Amino acid sequence: MSLTRFFRRSRWDDERARELESYLAIETEENIARGMAPAAARDAARRKLGNATLVREEIYQMNTLTLVDSVWRDLKYGARLLRLNPAFAVVAILSLALGIGANTAIFQLLDAVRIRTLPVKSPEELLEIRIADPVGGRTGQFSGRRPSLTNPLWEQIRDRQQVLSSVFAWSGVGFDLTTSGEARTAQGLWVSGDFFSGLGVPALIGRTLTSADDRRACDAPPAVLGYGFWQRDYGGDPSVIGRSITLDGHPFGIVGVTPASFFGVEVGRAFDVAVPLCAEPISRGAQTVLDRKAVWFLGAMGRLKPGVTLEQARAQLTSISAPVFQATLPEYRAEDAKHYLDFKIGAYQAGTGISQLRRQYESPLWLLLATTGLVLLIACANLANLMLARATAREREIAVRLAIGASRGRIVRQLLAESLLIAAAGAAAGAILAQWLSQFLVDFLRTENNRIFVALSLDWRIFAFTAALAVLTCLVVGLAPALRATGTAPASAMKSASRGSTDPHERFGVRRVLVVAQVALSLVLVVGAGLFVRSLRNLLTLDAGFRQDGILILNMDLRRAGIPDERRPASFAEITSRLAALPGVSSAAQAFIIPVSGSGWNNNIVIDGKKYPDNVNINEVSAGYFRTMGTPLLAGRDFAERDMPGAEKVVIVTQLFAQKFFPGQNPIGRAFQIDEPPGQPRPLCRIIGVVKDTKYTDLREAFIPLAYFASSQALKPDPFLQVVLRSKAPLTTITPAATAALGQINSGIIVQFQTLPSLVRDSLVRERLMATLSGFFGALAAVIATIGLYGVMSYMVARRRNEIGIRIALGADRRTVVRMVMREASMLLIAGVALGTALAIAAARTAATLLFGLHPADPATIATAVAGLGIVALLASYLPALRAARLEPIEALREE
Amino acid sequence: MLQGTLDLLILKTLAVGAAHGHSIAYAIERQSDDVLQVEHGSLYPALHRLEDRGWIASFWGTSENNRRARYYRLTTTGRQQLAAQTSRWDEIVRAVNRILKPA
Repeated sequence: MSLTRFFRRSRWDDERARELESYLAIETEENIARGMAPAAARDAARRKLGNATLVREEIYQMNTLTLVDSVWRDLKYGARLLRLNPAFAVVAILSLALGIGANTAIFQLLDAVRIRTLPVKSPEELLEIRIADPVGGRTGQFSGRRPSLTNPLWEQIRDRQQVLSSVFAWSGVGFDLTTSGEARTAQGLWVSGDFFSGLGVPALIGRTLTSADDRRACDAPPAVLGYGFWQRDYGGDPSVIGRSITLDGHPFGIVGVTPASFFGVEVGRAFDVAVPLCAEPISRGAQTVLDRKAVWFLGAMGRLKPGVTLEQARAQLTSISAPVFQATLPEYRAEDAKHYLDFKIGAYQAGTGISQLRRQYESPLWLLLATTGLVLLIACANLANLMLARATAREREIAVRLAIGASRGRIVRQLLAESLLIAAAGAAAGAILAQWLSQFLVDFLRTENNRIFVALSLDWRIFAFTAALAVLTCLVVGLAPALRATGTAPASAMKSASRGSTDPHERFGVRRVLVVAQVALSLVLVVGAGLFVRSLRNLLTLDAGFRQDGILILNMDLRRAGIPDERRPASFAEITSRLAALPGVSSAAQAFIIPVSGSGWNNNIVIDGKKYPDNVNINEVSAGYFRTMGTPLLAGRDFAERDMPGAEKVVIVTQLFAQKFFPGQNPIGRAFQIDEPPGQPRPLCRIIGVVKDTKYTDLREAFIPLAYFASSQALKPDPFLQVVLRSKAPLTTITPAATAALGQINSGIIVQFQTLPSLVRDSLVRERLMATLSGFFGALAAVIATIGLYGVMSYMVARRRNEIGIRIALGADRRTVVRMVMREASMLLIAGVALGTALAIAAARTAATLLFGLHPADPATIATAVAGLGIVALLASYLPALRAARLEPIEALREE
Repeated sequence: MLQGTLDLLILKTLAVGAAHGHSIAYAIERQSDDVLQVEHGSLYPALHRLEDRGWIASFWGTSENNRRARYYRLTTTGRQQLAAQTSRWDEIVRAVNRILKPA
């Protein structure tokens, strides 16, 4: 039986009809020839042929794939049913679209940051090279987005390893595209020569970099552009090859552009421009770190040689570790040196790339996927309830069909066809919605300082995920009603449907269970939303030790200002006072570390020769910093004119610092030393003041002892300056004024502006994301569950019209009727809330690390959620109760 | 008529030459001296079945009375089948006779 014949079976049928027609004609003619009258001749021919339709049907059956044919019929029938009830169809499809769309969007993000492999040649062969579980930690200076290795270490590994067919290193860096005025930054990469060839990424146009481009002390290095940057800044112009691009004030020749699919090795970031690692001294000049043994700034990867296993590679890298670390030992304190020499080089599978975004968002995304999964489940339960009601209405019809011999499987299949249609339509609409939602999520996560890039392409995994959701919803929504509708004996169904005065209790069971489940699951989501919203509020309202409103941060790059090293402290002071004098500015001060910006500096301290094991945080600020930031000075004095480089080194400490290191004593006048490495001076630092505790790298961390040094005492600061301004003037007037003032001082100054409130807000993106999305889904779940409860109560009242009518006719008080219905609703609600509370407490534990300032089982949050959901749900069931009480007994009884 | 014999009789009739449904039925009835009556309710499904197996093929032609009619002819496989089925039929007839009329 061929499939083509199946699809052409109606043509076949026509053919047969014509053949039988011709038979009749021939037979009739012969009968006439035998002497019959024409009418009688035709009748005789008909009699002889018998039932022509039966013949055709038999042949039609032979041409039919029965299953396909009947499934097709079921789908057509289902579609007709949905068209008959468009309101139901729209609500059903929309609620599923929202559920499936949200799930798909979050899965799409997870796929992009967690599951998908890098778009390079054989990504499964890639290994990341870094120190294997450094015992005791690494010491030194860390910069870049993957500070795994120092340059001396990288060069040693590159030259000694034998198990990788190629190795390459990179470091992320911001390149300035301007030479004066307000800064414009490009996401840059310093890459070793084999970076592109090792990854197997060809050039889209021109060429990529080669090992010949990466030779120490290269003077005219080439640059390769990323596709997005090429499109944005050059309009995709192919003539860009051979032109020159200015990075940090130095020209680089553009030699190529990489394909659109390639964004680098860090998932969540897209590089704009890549230059050879040998160009690092061109940007940094004397501050080059290529020969610094304690500056960690490179990430490294390699490609496994064919035939070498991961274990063999690890063994070889371990075996070369001792000579590699021996050859690169920095000038460390004895204990750090001991740790360093114990390090082993490790290799880790890196086919999915490396990602800060992943580390930060993987668990929130899984949690959100669980949340949207629950929303979908609640929506399904709601639909199942509606379908159940519809199936009950068709009970009689189904009973008749069963009685005259339809098989149960056949009817179940027909009822499932309707939910399959709803699920498929919902999935299709959801897939479209998901594209908007996932883009919204990415935009939500992108901030001024963290320009994340996520390649949101559709791949088979996303389609499979969405299709699986559709099938699952179809089964959840349709199977229970279908089985239930066909499960009752036809006779009893026909009998009970004829008179609905009583209702077999068992019939309500499934619907009650569904409503209880809906209430329970939505309570879980409402509690979750409450926890995240309160965490965010705790973070927004906590006392960080400074007043963020009105603070503007200026980040200045003075590398091209031509100021000699020894003149820098004086010119920094001059710039600061010029900024402080701008109209609307009340004060200004220098700050080496801006609080909550994520950067930090810490070290051990020594008091009277005794070293303390815990690190203290360090900052370096100028006089007026505490006034500008609104941090109260609790004792002693602020920095002043007399705190010059030659004078005694002075320090202001926080309350906690004073309590921890000088408990019960007056800290003013006491002194300590910073535990500098051997060979470095260790001046005595005299405490001159105590300030209130402030948050340092992050709002979420606990207060840590903090010591402030005076920037006026810094000897040779780097050519970078950060100034904080307190101003009442709006941002739009202050930034042009500041840019103009800086231009007057020195045209080589590049400046970047940011407000402290936006910095704080950006540092809480994850918390805001969780609060916003869980709040939205929690509300959605509560609404759906309320609708579900309302639906079941209305249905119950409708089914019991007779009974209620009789009760009222026999003198039942209307209030009694309301109480009866409300009691019913309350029981469902209480069961749901009890189950939901238990589930919520269990579920909240998984989110504990994402919460701030409250316990996962926070009683206030749970109580609020229960009360809120309870009130809304009771109001929703009050309407059907009222309707029951207003029943006119005569009408109710007459209606049947 | 015995199950399966109709197929054999159709094949045999077509061995002489192509024919349409009506003439096939007529030929069978006439050659059996009207002992075998072909029910048309089973003739056409049988023709369809045989065509489905590839033993016969069909085409539209013009009948002796100038009418459009669907003609059937034997295919090569059909011819082989006719030989195989005929000898199988002989075997069955002999076997049944041995039981009905023991020597």
